[in-house]
Amino acid sequence: MIKIDAQDIRHKLIMYRRSPLSLVLLLLVISATAITVSVLLFIIGYILVKGIPNITLNLFAWEYTSENVSLTPVMINTIIVMVSALLIAVPLGIFAAVYLAEYAKRGNKLVEMIRLTTETLAGIPSIIYGLFGLLSFVTAMGWGFSILAGAFTLAIMILPVIMRTTEEALKAVPNSYREGSFALGATKLRTVFKIVLPSAMPGILSGIILSIGRIVGETAALLYTAGTVAEIPKNLFSSGRTLSVHMYVLSSEGLYVNQAYATAVVLLVIVVIINWLSNFMAKRLRKGNGVWERSRSIT
Amino acid sequence: MKKYKEKVMQMVFLIAACTSILAVALICVFLFANGIPAMAEIGALDFLLGKKWRPSNDIYGILPMILGSIYVTAGAIIIGIPIGILTAVYLAKFCPKYIYRFLKPAVDLLTGIPSVVYGFFGLVVLVPLVRDTFGGDGSSILTASILLGIMILPTIISVSESAIRAVPESYYQGGLALGATHEQSVFFITLPAAISGIMAGVVLAIGRAIGETMAVIMVAGNQARMPAGLLKGIRTLTANIVIEMGYAADLHRGALIATGVVLFVFILIINLSFSLLTRRVNR
Repeated sequence: MIKIDAQDIRHKLIMYRRSPLSLVLLLLVISATAITVSVLLFIIGYILVKGIPNITLNLFAWEYTSENVSLTPVMINTIIVMVSALLIAVPLGIFAAVYLAEYAKRGNKLVEMIRLTTETLAGIPSIIYGLFGLLSFVTAMGWGFSILAGAFTLAIMILPVIMRTTEEALKAVPNSYREGSFALGATKLRTVFKIVLPSAMPGILSGIILSIGRIVGETAALLYTAGTVAEIPKNLFSSGRTLSVHMYVLSSEGLYVNQAYATAVVLLVIVVIINWLSNFMAKRLRKGNGVWERSRSIT
Repeated sequence: MKKYKEKVMQMVFLIAACTSILAVALICVFLFANGIPAMAEIGALDFLLGKKWRPSNDIYGILPMILGSIYVTAGAIIIGIPIGILTAVYLAKFCPKYIYRFLKPAVDLLTGIPSVVYGFFGLVVLVPLVRDTFGGDGSSILTASILLGIMILPTIISVSESAIRAVPESYYQGGLALGATHEQSVFFITLPAAISGIMAGVVLAIGRAIGETMAVIMVAGNQARMPAGLLKGIRTLTANIVIEMGYAADLHRGALIATGVVLFVFILIINLSFSLLTRRVNR
């Protein structure tokens, strides 16, 4: 474990006496880190302590009523919005990344345009996406407040995340893989789909998990696109609030504070799981040097 | 036949890649087409520099909200930057491996917490805390600044950490060789060398803070009037959109969209300076 070396400590003490500034800097750095960590622990601890006692079976009842603000319909909405947004954004994002990593030539004006706009998309705050979704999908397309409008809005929002992580994962695949595949007579397309994409899978998955995190936590982009109806939607054109929107409505109404605590706990648990999964995938990618086990079983 | 398939798929990939151009273009078109006419009807100067926001009297001036956004962002920067950079220094240069293994995921987790959870935390903890220690009604510039300062921490920490790590180790060792202590070498040699990377992180954090919506709404008080002091409530550009969009109509609605346009232009300027800064770092 941690070794305590008396000699070492004495040396350090002498050094700090000679240069008090160093000691001050050291203390500053340590206290800043302590503040960061304690803020995180306090937020999580506070919400868990206040929230866990409020998690009751009633909270997961099938029906949403004003006496019992059940989370079940809201969670189902979240899953529907998430799946539809991913269905739109994941293929688009992966294909776009394939183009950027495998086909694009350096210095191409169009490619530079694509990179610039992707960067721009990544920096746009979610309220602007929400406003855009309201103006385009809800109003111009006439879909009204609907799951579909919310899903399309979120799809554009997570597109840069998926593009960036996928491109990085593709670039981490060693070139020898591609060369080996070409040497065996495979076409470029076959190489991309059978060799490069499977090898980059952990990286791509970690990007997808990251975007799931964004979707679950998103509020501002959904408030005026998917709307705030707290029921299980009849179809994709009906309105439905997700977990985060639900939490915002609960805490701004101020009537259901206990339930808001419980919702916060559910959100936190989801976020922790997502973080862990994404880290796990990224580690897998690093360990295997861009190679996933399954790529070996390709025949 | 095979050749044909290759070409078609390459086109498909290219079209997919062009989605982001299309998306940015559409966002610009929809925002500007809906916002600019309203801005013209109100009068661009009256809109941007007007000190009164009274939708019921058809008076739309968003100066209070512009100032609100700037004040709150500045507050967040003052609180978040020192703590963030110092934490990044600790992570990159001081931290033993076994502590790093816990600290790094902790910082990542701070990024992952949804803004509405931050907002709720601010509402139930920070607002009463500020009310009891400093007086006022708690929902104030100060509260919003503290909360946003916490929220931008992970952005500053991760960007600064990689900037510090990118500085060649030989710089630091040169410092030691000249008789500097570990701390002096890190702070006076490595840190200045990483400054443009750190600046990029700061700019990114400013973008985050100005665009943050839900957390600010829950703690800032949202009064649409000129800022009156640290402990008084304020409304930001983002809050203005969310709070009134639900019931706005006609010119009022147009004015809200124009608020979005102003915010969008702010963000574009910040993004541009961020990419200029990172490009300089890469060179």
